[in-house]
Amino acid sequence: MAVDAAQALGLWGVPLAVFGGAIRASTPFIFVSLGECLTEKSGRINLGLEGTLVMGAMGGYGVSYLTGNPWLGVLAAGLAGCLLGLLHGVVCSLPRVNDIAVGIGLMLLGTGVAFFLGKPFVQPRAPILPALHLGAWSSIAQVRAALEVNVLFVIGALLAVLLHWGFVNTRVGLVVRMVGDSADAARAMGYSVGRVRILSTAAGGFLAGVGGSFLSLYYPGSWNEGLSSGQGLMAVALVIFARWSPLRCFFAALLFGGMGALGPALQSVGVTSGYYLFNAAPYVLTLVIMAASCSPRRTLAGAPGELSVTR
Amino acid sequence: MATVALDLEMIDVTKRFGGFVALDGVSLRAPRGSFHALLGENGAGKSTLVKCLVGYQLADSGQVIVDARERDIRTPQQAHAIGIGMVYQHFTLVPCMSVAENLVMARAQVPMIIDWRREREALEDALRGLPFRVPLDVPVANLAAGEKQKVEILKQLYLGRRLLILDEPTSVLTPAEADEVLGYLKGLTRAGALTVLMITHKFREVMAFADAVTVLRRGRVSGTGSIPGLDVADLGALMVGTREGFAGAAEHASPAAPPARLGDRPALEIRALEAEGDNGLPAVRSLSLQVRPGEIVGIAGVSGNGQRELVQTLIGQRQRVSGAIQVGGVAYRATRAQMRALGVSALPEEPLGNACVREMSVAENMALRSFDRPPLAAGGLWLRRREFTRQARQLISDYKVKTRGPEAPIGTLSGGNVQRAVLARELSRKAAVLIVANPVFGLDFAAVAEIHQRLRKARDEGTAVLMVSEDLDELLEVSDRLLVMFNGRIVHETPTALADVGTIGRHMAGHAGMESSPSTQTTASSQ
Repeated sequence: MAVDAAQALGLWGVPLAVFGGAIRASTPFIFVSLGECLTEKSGRINLGLEGTLVMGAMGGYGVSYLTGNPWLGVLAAGLAGCLLGLLHGVVCSLPRVNDIAVGIGLMLLGTGVAFFLGKPFVQPRAPILPALHLGAWSSIAQVRAALEVNVLFVIGALLAVLLHWGFVNTRVGLVVRMVGDSADAARAMGYSVGRVRILSTAAGGFLAGVGGSFLSLYYPGSWNEGLSSGQGLMAVALVIFARWSPLRCFFAALLFGGMGALGPALQSVGVTSGYYLFNAAPYVLTLVIMAASCSPRRTLAGAPGELSVTR
Repeated sequence: MATVALDLEMIDVTKRFGGFVALDGVSLRAPRGSFHALLGENGAGKSTLVKCLVGYQLADSGQVIVDARERDIRTPQQAHAIGIGMVYQHFTLVPCMSVAENLVMARAQVPMIIDWRREREALEDALRGLPFRVPLDVPVANLAAGEKQKVEILKQLYLGRRLLILDEPTSVLTPAEADEVLGYLKGLTRAGALTVLMITHKFREVMAFADAVTVLRRGRVSGTGSIPGLDVADLGALMVGTREGFAGAAEHASPAAPPARLGDRPALEIRALEAEGDNGLPAVRSLSLQVRPGEIVGIAGVSGNGQRELVQTLIGQRQRVSGAIQVGGVAYRATRAQMRALGVSALPEEPLGNACVREMSVAENMALRSFDRPPLAAGGLWLRRREFTRQARQLISDYKVKTRGPEAPIGTLSGGNVQRAVLARELSRKAAVLIVANPVFGLDFAAVAEIHQRLRKARDEGTAVLMVSEDLDELLEVSDRLLVMFNGRIVHETPTALADVGTIGRHMAGHAGMESSPSTQTTASSQ
């Protein structure tokens, strides 16, 4: 039926499908990248978010299935992510520990544990998250489909604004930025650098976990082992792409999501050649924008000063 | 400010590091509202003394009495609570945060949610009486060193300190800026709102601003007295131990004989150079200059007027936007191969970051320019470590670099010794052009005299030296010709012998009034 509608709308169906797809596919990116943004602002990199995402997806699905309440699933996913983040934060606070290495370890651990614990949930159907039908006014099925906005997307958008505001207007936000930019200055003012980083990493993990629950509880809406396919890692790149700004993270996630929806949208109107090429659109786009926005004559504006690969 | 200055007395303070006695029974008294200078060579114990006062270090014995009460200050926070603050030599501001954010976050109490409109009004109020302006919304990272220093001082005043310790506060300020800042602080002390304890190397500032001075030498008080009760010769004698020693050092530091004969063709020629700053805005604007063999050309200017970008362009750290640079008549692109072929050497500012690899040894750092060719490498591939060590030992003894040995990481050396090590590397081969930026920043005067001597020697041997410095006194002393840079351009040129400090100061401040010499115009346009 969707195909009929698409044909009814002609080529106009493509941007509409891309729009709908952007909202749908961007949601996990939004949460993971906002979480990573918060973590990196405090001066630490958490590459383990891929594992956190998968763990969140599994945990969320499992709890939703066992309790019958998808929102409890989201909460459980967040808590699982929070635990992984806490682990990362604490381990990295030990002297001479490199956060990149620990992150990669946690990525493998997270996915491994999720696959192990998630085996029983591959078959059963769990209740999934509701959607807001913002397109109910339209008689065109495709418009209705595109405007079917999930609640997590709305929360993610609000969260981006909240984080952006918080980094400028709250003490907590400024302390996080201070710790991330100059640990010495923060210490001199009596803040505990280690504690701020551990808490930021845990909070970042919570958000990444929630992002994972979206995958299993809304779209695609089931639990299996190929669910994430590297979205957690891409979200980490997305933060750099967005220059550590929560608002730009949101828009970058939207862009990534939209590009990801390009392939299926074109397929629905009959463009089938180069399907895999179109699916690679987000990655190509990243490369193009990165190349265009970097300059050897300028420093990377906005990078937290304490971020380093050599610690 | 309605605060009342603190009265400070330190009695018999002793501090040992292992077997080394850093402070040996030092006493000092700074009454309420006084401006007290603390003089001494590097390593005399000045920093240790004030660190004991602000709680960064604990004295082994001795008393600190503030406002007639004995205090036990164990952390900087305790010092802050009493009203003691310190401006360090290194910056303690958070680079990515704006000036306003830095100031507000420095307070002991910050509300959970910050009402920026109200905070800004309060800040504007607090800044109203100041003689200098600082931009509130600019990230600190984009400020020049001089501006950062002003913000550091401002921060302490904003926090309501009643005893302010300054560790060489004017090393990044121009004389005019220094006078402005110190004059303002002096005014506060006069009004009884502040007591100042200032570590400095500059006699001029001691004579102009201090009420009293304490001179440390090897961890002991070698003299104390009121200004103007002591004169410069007295202070110098107290600092180095004897009057003769000081006279000798001063003579050592005096300008050398008239410059050697100049070559006819410029060794370094820059024409209409344009370069951008980190923020992508023009920093160097149609700048032209020439340096001939056998002369030292000094570039004066307030920091942040494009000097940094100029030096970076010349030593290959920054791409130019347009313009031509020629070395010995050859178009110069600042590659390593070209620097070697044309004989371009450089001593950039902060050499540890800009000219060294911190984790590598002194020997390796000294070989950075030549490690891949004989005698240090065989066949362009195999490095001969023994040659590295041999060369390093030679340079270390020639340039009197104090290091544990050639294999010590260069990051473990003191600032002056890093400077010496890099200069040794850069001058160990014949240099046609030497580019130097703030070469004596933070060094004590014996080291300063020595480095200046090296520069003069290079000049006398026919090297064309381009020297950028924020210290006008240094330029007046060392250079043969003086240029003033303002807003990315050369706005004034004069032979140093005929230089008039007032005129130069006006050009540095961008106030080229009616008195400006007509040569200004010709310099800017003729080349």
